[in-house]
Amino acid sequence: MKDKRIDHAGAAAAFIADAPHLAFHDERLWDMRQKRDAQMHLLPEWQELRTLASQIKEHALANLPEYLEQFEENATRNGIRVHWARDGAEHNRIVAEILQARGATTLIKSKSMVTEECDMRPYLAARGITVTETDLGERIQQLDDQLPSHIVVPAVHKLTGDVARVFATHYGTDPKADDPRQLAEAQRQAARPVILHADAGMTGANFAVAETGTFVVCTNEGNADLSATVPGVHIATLGIERLVPRLSDLGVFVRLLSRSALGSPITQYTTHFRGPQDGGEMHVILVDNGRSARLGMADFWTSLKCIRCGACMNTCPVYRRSGGLSYGAVYSGPIGAIIDPTFNERKYSTLPFASTLNGSCTNVCPVRINIHDQLYKWRRVLVDHHQMPFVKREIMHMAGKLMGQPRLYRAAISGTETALGTLPRFALYNWLNPWGRHRELPHPVKETFHAWYRRNRSAPGAADTEKTKTDPTKTGRTKDTGQ
Amino acid sequence: MKVGLFVPCYIDAFYPRVGIATLELLERLGQQVDYPLGQTCCGQPMANSGCNSDAAAAEALFVRNFERFDAIVMPSGSCAHHVRDHFDAIPQTDAVRHVRTHTYELVEFLHDVLQVGDFPWAEFPHTVGLHNSCGTLRALRTASMSELGEPPFSKPMGLLSKVRGIRFATPARPDECCGFGGTFSVAEEAVSARMGLDKVRDHHDAGAEYIVSADSSCIMHQQGCAERAGIPLRFIHIAEILNGARE
Repeated sequence: MKDKRIDHAGAAAAFIADAPHLAFHDERLWDMRQKRDAQMHLLPEWQELRTLASQIKEHALANLPEYLEQFEENATRNGIRVHWARDGAEHNRIVAEILQARGATTLIKSKSMVTEECDMRPYLAARGITVTETDLGERIQQLDDQLPSHIVVPAVHKLTGDVARVFATHYGTDPKADDPRQLAEAQRQAARPVILHADAGMTGANFAVAETGTFVVCTNEGNADLSATVPGVHIATLGIERLVPRLSDLGVFVRLLSRSALGSPITQYTTHFRGPQDGGEMHVILVDNGRSARLGMADFWTSLKCIRCGACMNTCPVYRRSGGLSYGAVYSGPIGAIIDPTFNERKYSTLPFASTLNGSCTNVCPVRINIHDQLYKWRRVLVDHHQMPFVKREIMHMAGKLMGQPRLYRAAISGTETALGTLPRFALYNWLNPWGRHRELPHPVKETFHAWYRRNRSAPGAADTEKTKTDPTKTGRTKDTGQ
Repeated sequence: MKVGLFVPCYIDAFYPRVGIATLELLERLGQQVDYPLGQTCCGQPMANSGCNSDAAAAEALFVRNFERFDAIVMPSGSCAHHVRDHFDAIPQTDAVRHVRTHTYELVEFLHDVLQVGDFPWAEFPHTVGLHNSCGTLRALRTASMSELGEPPFSKPMGLLSKVRGIRFATPARPDECCGFGGTFSVAEEAVSARMGLDKVRDHHDAGAEYIVSADSSCIMHQQGCAERAGIPLRFIHIAEILNGARE
């Protein structure tokens, strides 16, 4: 498959060029990070909770087949219909079948990353089923035909004026009325009739409990509860990694989730779904869609621990300055950059490089995913799989050769032994040129440290070179200092 | 103790005074320091770009240059992090293991190994903002990290606070990455430069005259951003201040 590589750098540059959006986006997400810090400081056991959460998830993932079957058995006993979907296509077909069997043509739903992953809305639309997102941010993104830019706050890259324009186009409201309360009210007025008359409702799930066969949905707007309860038919779709073994495990995860995500102690609604309402139906679709394969990846399986809190996005200085859409994927930010390549290596091959490897994401992750280590490891995998653009690959190859040969290296940088003349030729051309677009170059200097040392401390250093040269050493190379 | 001095490639080429200050400082502290002339680079640029096999020659050369030392000291957190934590492009021989476990970033070496109590020659009557590179902060852990809520500590601040006359400015986001990130600085130049601009503004707004750091790569990037934006900040490596730089 020859998909085009996502141009994260280009999309990020465009995002940065828009000063008001950039400033709001950075401040808003940094504020969430700070609120998260404040919550962390209130809980002396915070790091212990992270460790517990990580251990529970690792245990659940290591025993996933057993827990999935346990869940299925208990959920079925509760009157829930459990479906298994190998991939997105199977998931969408199952949803369509459930709806078509009941003659349903309208589906209301609250946000679910899995349905985005499966690209479900277009599939259902083509079969005459109207899907309406009920969560404010997700609805804005649906109307604007964009992916969510953030796992938790999907329209965070938009200013109120942007929302006003979207609503004006689709709801006929005043494009200049950008008061957030008015906008929320416009959405409420537009959504409530749809909710009341929908044929079926759909939600995701944050956690599924194996021992009880129940699942939990955490939201702040309460639309998931409307979607789940008003129509009478509730379809919950969830990735197989949502499983936790015991109900008591939720005491760990629920405490971490909203504190990490928004910096609030708990979401407004934490709803436990235990079975269908009287006369109603409840379906759970367990979606694999690449997860089993990921579980088999020695360096990357722990990314399945993710509870989708978005803390890594909020803290990520790159994400805050590039916006979620620049990742061109369902999952953006640091967690997206380590998950997305499992869906399509070539298309998402640039994402693990959209990071400074600063490590802040790993520190905030409530389930202790070593995100920045995985970014580092993905780079190796992508290079090994020939997914690095040719020019950069060649530069690294040349640099690597040069750095292994001191005499050549010195010759390359010593044409003048000064200033920018010391930059090796490869550094002056093409790929490295962007440095100067928004930055000055380093100042010229009279001589390198190497030259200074030879002038001022020459004797011992010269001896060192000789020693190195005549000693082949354990690493097995014979010509060390010159070829 | 025989100390081997590693001077990273960009310090060698652009910030020789940082190499000189490091050497002089270690000598002042009574160390016997050698600078092997056959050195080039630690391999980090290639390895961080995923091209690990291309780091092998540099790593092998590094080992040949430094295996005979009791301690390998470098004025760069990211290089020390690479050698210690990522140096695996070559077979892990005894020599490689020795080098990896005896490599120190300068601040760690002064603080943890030499346990330097004071710098009587050092005076720096200026307000400085300390920039901890992500390599020193989150990999080498020379200071506490805001995300972890751990009890505050800072080895570089501990050393700098022994310098006469120095004052500290506290930026609003003290441990946010400055955006250098090695090849990230060119591959993602827009984001990188914007992060750098935000970083230097933060320090300037906090009243810093100087940004001081244990990593010249961050400094090179931030200085470029500040100069382009006309922000009147100066930049200095921690080795220079501790060695008694006056301005």
